[in-house]
Amino acid sequence: MLISEQKPLEDILNYVEGDKSIFLIGCKGCAEGWGSGGEKQVAEMKITLQERGKAISGSVVVDMLCNSALTKLKLRSYKKEIAAADSILVLTDGAGVQTVAEVVNKVVHPGCNTLSSGGAHAEWKEAERCLECGDCMLEFTGGICPIARCSKHLLNGPCGGSQGGKCEVDADIPCVWQQIFDRLAKLGQLDKLDRLVTPKDWSVSLISGPPVKRLS
Amino acid sequence: MKTKSNLERVLEAGEFAVTGELGPPQSADPEVIRGKAKILKDYVDAVNVTDGQTAVVRMASWAACLIGKEEGLEHIVQMTCRDRNRIALQMDILGIAALGINNILCLTGDHQKFGNHPMAKGVYDIDSIQLVSMVKDMRDEKKFQCGEEMAVEPRLFIGAAENPFADPFEFRVARLAKKVAAGADFIQTQIIYNVDKFAEWMKGVRDRGLHERVKILAGVAPRKSVGAARYMKTRVPGMDVPDSVIARLQGVPKEQVSREGVKLCVDIINQVREIEGVVGIHLMAIEWEEVVPEIVETAGLVPRPRFVT
Repeated sequence: MLISEQKPLEDILNYVEGDKSIFLIGCKGCAEGWGSGGEKQVAEMKITLQERGKAISGSVVVDMLCNSALTKLKLRSYKKEIAAADSILVLTDGAGVQTVAEVVNKVVHPGCNTLSSGGAHAEWKEAERCLECGDCMLEFTGGICPIARCSKHLLNGPCGGSQGGKCEVDADIPCVWQQIFDRLAKLGQLDKLDRLVTPKDWSVSLISGPPVKRLS
Repeated sequence: MKTKSNLERVLEAGEFAVTGELGPPQSADPEVIRGKAKILKDYVDAVNVTDGQTAVVRMASWAACLIGKEEGLEHIVQMTCRDRNRIALQMDILGIAALGINNILCLTGDHQKFGNHPMAKGVYDIDSIQLVSMVKDMRDEKKFQCGEEMAVEPRLFIGAAENPFADPFEFRVARLAKKVAAGADFIQTQIIYNVDKFAEWMKGVRDRGLHERVKILAGVAPRKSVGAARYMKTRVPGMDVPDSVIARLQGVPKEQVSREGVKLCVDIINQVREIEGVVGIHLMAIEWEEVVPEIVETAGLVPRPRFVT
């Protein structure tokens, strides 16, 4: 079970600022359970965004968004609506956001912060996808998480040890910043990497924050 | 002048700068540092002291800097984000400035996996770019990272590293631009063996006008043996050693390889000096310090400028 909560609306509105039309995705698994991105929250977000002048090209709530095969299949029925959107807003945890980023070639905005996996790691088992940092960065990294997948948790781009697409720590580990760079290049959003990312607030993360306080 | 740094003074005077490097011992022996300091003293403008390079436990950089300072060296303290969070980093920054060290090189650090304590927990609270920005705010705004103010600021000349040979290559100039925007005063590059690729990177640097906003020192290092060059090529992360370099060392009789290594280093210095935007070299002759005088002399870079203080 991944525990998430919706990001402040102000953050979400900043993310979608330049987008006229948005496709919404929620999840009937964890996000529905935690009230961060189920049927109800997706319907509410639709109205909220419409009230602020955004067009919603369509929306879907997938059974288990972290199951990439299922998500791919489900999103196939929404090809037209997704194509018509400038971006996709995903109301669920970091695993779900990254599944959508992997199966759709479109800008993906995270609508939630992931607070805890509660010991499990969703349905996407082949790699670490989310480190429960409590302050989702996926907006700035092409929907691929450098906190979970960079050996040094770097936020401002690859270190000097990235070569041939591999991490300096192990030739079997792909350099996540190379993956982020490639995806942002594909989306025409390399300018996102020019931004100076300020030191992260680790107090909201399970890594160094007080978990009881966070989840109460 | 932002600081009392000799390196800053040399660069501001428009002199071609030479910095060296000193690795502290894996022990509490101060004599190792004194010995190396005596060799380097008259041949460089400042000496970097590494901070647990390759994640092996060695004497702390700031402590080794103090010993070298007693021998008359100007030091650049290296500081990595691997072992300290933002609290410890800022405490050390205040300390080194109070002790009269004038320069800092801000690094993320080699991953702990490479060192002699691979089971250690890496910290990486902030990254090298954020460290540059933090030191700059402490110096120029008298502010800690949290925003609180301090009475006396650390007046440090701020350096950062850049590796033109890492990937994605297209991002490497953009990454330098981020370090400049964060507040870096000078840059020391990864060791250069592939001069063509370095020149291509420098062109990108000039195209964005970055060479006018930051002082770029080209990293060079002599290789003592064919084995050492091969090790660099295959085992050291982020290195680019062309086959032609290895072939050149292989092409001479065994007893002449180290001489050829010195010549190769001088040749590279002469080539990078010709590249617009390069204002100095960073000579890394770690564990081969005794060759530094010869390289600097042969490259025609002595005597080093001296300023009356």
